[in-house]
Amino acid sequence: QKTKENFFSKVSKAIAGKSTVDEEVLDDLEEALVTADVGIETTVAIIDRIEQRVVRDKYLNTSELNSILQEEIKEMLVGEASYDFTSDIPHKPYVILVVGVNGVGKTTTIGKLAYNFKKAGKSVLLGAADTFRAAAVDQLTIWSDRTGVPIVKQAMGSDPAAVAFDTVQSAIARGTDVVLIDTAGRLHNKAHLMEELSKIKRSVQKVIPGAPHEVLLVLDGSTGQNALEQAKHFTAATDVTALAITKLDGTAKGGVVLAIANQFKIPVKFIGVGEKMEDLLIFDKHEFVDSIFSINK
Amino acid sequence: MFESLSDRLDSAFKNLKGEGRITDLNIAATVKEIRRALVDADVNYKIAKEFTDTVKDKALGEKVLTAISPSQLMVKIVKDELVHLMGDDAADFNAKGAPAVILIAGLQGSGKTTFSGKLANYLKKQKKLSPLLVAADVYRPAAMEQLRVLGEQIGVEVYLELENKNPVEIAQNAIRDARSKNKNVVIIDTAGRLAIDEAMMTEVANIKNAVNPQEILFVVDSMTGQDAVNTAKAFNDRLDFSGVVLTKLDGDTRGGAALSIKYTVNKPIKFISSGEKLDTLDVFYPERMAQRILGMGDITTLVEKA
Ligand SMILES: Nc1nc2c(ncn2[C@@H]2O[C@H](COP(=O)(O)OP(=O)(O)OP(=O)(O)O)[C@@H](O)[C@H]2O)c(=O)[nH]1
Ligand SMILES: Nc1nc2c(ncn2[C@@H]2O[C@H](COP(=O)(O)OP(=O)(O)OP(=O)(O)O)[C@@H](O)[C@H]2O)c(=O)[nH]1
Ligand SMILES: [Mg+2]
Ligand SMILES: [Mg+2]
Repeated sequence: QKTKENFFSKVSKAIAGKSTVDEEVLDDLEEALVTADVGIETTVAIIDRIEQRVVRDKYLNTSELNSILQEEIKEMLVGEASYDFTSDIPHKPYVILVVGVNGVGKTTTIGKLAYNFKKAGKSVLLGAADTFRAAAVDQLTIWSDRTGVPIVKQAMGSDPAAVAFDTVQSAIARGTDVVLIDTAGRLHNKAHLMEELSKIKRSVQKVIPGAPHEVLLVLDGSTGQNALEQAKHFTAATDVTALAITKLDGTAKGGVVLAIANQFKIPVKFIGVGEKMEDLLIFDKHEFVDSIFSINK
Repeated sequence: MFESLSDRLDSAFKNLKGEGRITDLNIAATVKEIRRALVDADVNYKIAKEFTDTVKDKALGEKVLTAISPSQLMVKIVKDELVHLMGDDAADFNAKGAPAVILIAGLQGSGKTTFSGKLANYLKKQKKLSPLLVAADVYRPAAMEQLRVLGEQIGVEVYLELENKNPVEIAQNAIRDARSKNKNVVIIDTAGRLAIDEAMMTEVANIKNAVNPQEILFVVDSMTGQDAVNTAKAFNDRLDFSGVVLTKLDGDTRGGAALSIKYTVNKPIKFISSGEKLDTLDVFYPERMAQRILGMGDITTLVEKA
């Protein structure tokens, strides 16, 4: 796949044609990591560990560097198994709350998830808890039509926590398998909006203790270091359990997820590679890391 | 948040207090710290390198007055250079014409539709113009409805053709409509598109050619990372845009993409967008942006006092 190939293609280019790891290779590696938005801190940490190996083993050739890098990156990306839409849901209804800053792709990702769950034979219900942004409910309604999945909604401006509450109750009444709740985009530095999110979560818990079973933080793959702040504040407000990285069909490399996965121990589960409902990939770190380096072979 | 540049430089210069001159020897670590600070602020890696080379040349041999520390002097040099690169003074905005046509373009979710509403509101309230908003995004679910709602909120008419799937035609028809209604400015909201999407880039270029806009504004999310340079360059290659709009500055991003974009395409940043409400539009101040990128308070006054 396109994104996987270009994710770290520069890393591979940095090592291609070199036999030993010298200062120049490390500089190129630094550039490749930083320009993928991995960030200085994580980049320096990776390079330090490689330098230590060079010092210890005296000699490190580029194929060894390659495998060390793969190990390092796999270690940073937490979580083992990749997502499976067909596997049994652990709770019924299984409630997924979708959160993130403005315009990252929350509503679109919900449309894609609805499509995938339905295709896997699950019944799905959407909850339109973004009652704030202009035409947000209309947008989700179009996704409900496209995927042929029902939606619970109220008038614009109504209390999002009440919509979430209604949605979950309705899911119980209908015997729905999976509930997907859309929320308004909000910047993580706005305390009152983050509190509103916590309130939405609590109102879901009033119906089903232990829900939401998944809090999915959607990150725009072209975001730079600010994504770390997003992860930090959304986690504080809602205990984020999984990440979806969108817009990786562009040229951005989404490297900031390495830093996030490493620092916050939250697994990446989905990747968005387009605007259509089919444009969702399940994240598999082994496949992902292998494909990052495979073009080099 | 990340350490500010002043904090970083203070530690880089820790052992150098009392040195009267910035020299080749003591500047190396500092330059590295400046580069890291810039990259942490999302300034493009290559640009940060070139930038620090320039700063180094400027700083070498500078006398350090006893009143301020070498790190304060470096911070001032860095900041002045940033302000200079981002455009010393505010750029003007051309809304004259019969009608003036303004084309809005950018990546998905960057804030184009919201900005279109804000600009219409600004031109109506501040410039006493009579704008027409045009919904030329025929792809995103409910995009037209979104613009219609925004227009309603600010009392600005929105041109819609719900059944038409051809944005070039919609734009042309809208301008005719504007003329007949004596609207003096037309703001065309377009669909979000990726720079590598050939068909979509051709489409927006076709809209441009059909309506000959006075202003083409490239709308970019201020949280964008290293890829900002590629996107800005690709849009500029196709559209030769007249200005940049930075959005979502009400967040806590350092916004280094602003520098990268200006550096790459050398187009002025004309507006900043800092909120979801339609009155949160501002002109761009290079000085404030420089301070933001460097993560500092008002260091200028501090240095000037010294
Ligand atoms: N190219 C591309 N575009 C995407 C992807 N995911 C979403 N988009 C587009 O990004 C834009 C914003 O998507 P939304 O789903 O509305 O984002 P959101 O997070 O719900 O936005 P708000 O509710 O306004 O905060 C739309 O134009 C989508 O079509 C993706 O994976 N690739
Ligand atoms: N906090 C904040 N949110 C903003 C700002 N500008 C836009 N938004 C929000 O960002 C999201 C996306 O904005 P839109 O105006 O729909 O973006 P767009 O570029 O038209 O998106 P597409 O048409 O899907 O490409 C919405 O939730 C807006 O409310 C801003 O300056 N600050
Ligand atoms: Mg949404
Ligand atoms: Mg739009």
